[in-house]
Amino acid sequence: MKVDVVPSADGSAVVEIGNTKVIASVFGPKPLHPKHLQNPEKGILRCYYDMMSFSVPERKRPGPTRRSIEISMVMKNALASTLLLEEFPKAVVDVFVEVYEANAGTRCASITAASLALADAGVPMRDLVSAVAVGKVGGMIVLDLTKEEEDHPEGATDIPIAMVGRSGKITALQLDGAITKEELKKALELGKKGCSILYEMQRKALKAKYGVR
Amino acid sequence: MIYVKPKQIVIPGEVLGEGMDIIPGEGTIREGRKIIATVVGLADISGRVLKIIPLEGPYNPKPGHVVIGEVVDIGFSGWIVNIGGPYMANLPVGEAVKEYVDLLKTDLSRYYDLGDKIVAKVISVTRSKNVQLSMKGPGLRKLEGGHIIKITSYKVPRVIGKGGSMIKLIKEMTNTAIIVGQNGWIWIKGSRRKDELKAIRAIYTIEKESHTSGLTDKIKRMLGDKSV
Repeated sequence: MKVDVVPSADGSAVVEIGNTKVIASVFGPKPLHPKHLQNPEKGILRCYYDMMSFSVPERKRPGPTRRSIEISMVMKNALASTLLLEEFPKAVVDVFVEVYEANAGTRCASITAASLALADAGVPMRDLVSAVAVGKVGGMIVLDLTKEEEDHPEGATDIPIAMVGRSGKITALQLDGAITKEELKKALELGKKGCSILYEMQRKALKAKYGVR
Repeated sequence: MIYVKPKQIVIPGEVLGEGMDIIPGEGTIREGRKIIATVVGLADISGRVLKIIPLEGPYNPKPGHVVIGEVVDIGFSGWIVNIGGPYMANLPVGEAVKEYVDLLKTDLSRYYDLGDKIVAKVISVTRSKNVQLSMKGPGLRKLEGGHIIKITSYKVPRVIGKGGSMIKLIKEMTNTAIIVGQNGWIWIKGSRRKDELKAIRAIYTIEKESHTSGLTDKIKRMLGDKSV
């Protein structure tokens, strides 16, 4: 993890988790146009998630897809509750996340990177958000699935979790596949543990910008 | 109980202190009994108030600030000025021009045209962030020529230095005229391009290393003072 990687952005971060690599850049707060989108009570957050055409083994057609629009929304919902946007009425904060290498768990890496970039941009926030996927592969509960694990012949369950670092509150939780109640509880515990490790790494990356260990 | 030392770098979510006797200042919030940082910055303790001097972030206009801006629009009775940060500022004719102006007959661009750079003063900021500027006051004027560079507004105090020492040093050693706006826009004009570049480089260095100590000596050395 590293912050301040895009000079033209107000804040930016790169996050590499295994072979999943993403860059997040933040622009704003800045004036929002058209005017009818403005909220006079608080600023708004806009997220864009995009996979580069060379990020996956088979070329992905560039441009937004149904999937990327959904992930953008998931990201926005996961991050918005931590930001103190009341300080910027009528303004907007734009977050652009580009996945340049994908190996499962891109939405989690994107949330982690976006939160880091927002902090780097100086947008006031209650806490950093970190995200990781947990799942069940061949009867085993595992953390941070790779593409090979996701495509396991016996089928895999994928559960992306986003967690607010200090309080341990969950801001995003999705489930793809089948899992029992007990296994889900176990998976969540593991996911929370994973998120706290990421949280520590985020804190280190932010401090490293100013030469603090 | 305060957990941080003064000038320590803190990041969002960090617990700075605990207890109801501490007052959360700028860049912090109270969460239960705890004081939490909301921005990246340096912790600052003054009495019972715990606040953060941010290192990054958008410009937050306050009444009394002298800022540098660019005219981006001319309205019927005033100008819209970009002062950096999330909000545009409004400069009405009455605050900008001394003489009487017949709005129906006058083209306002004869006073300030699109793209003009001005030094103005923030006179009011409403809760919904309508910023009003004024040109009434010493030193408030249109800027002719020169260059404008933009830095984070929170680093302006370091560029100016204690009692203006840093900016005085740069002005004298590079032989340039410099005006620093509170919004982080800095206007530099010298008779030679070389001097201007030297001053610009010095200011960017200050911005990058504003959180370190011994900056004045470093700048002195950079500008060619052999005595340090």
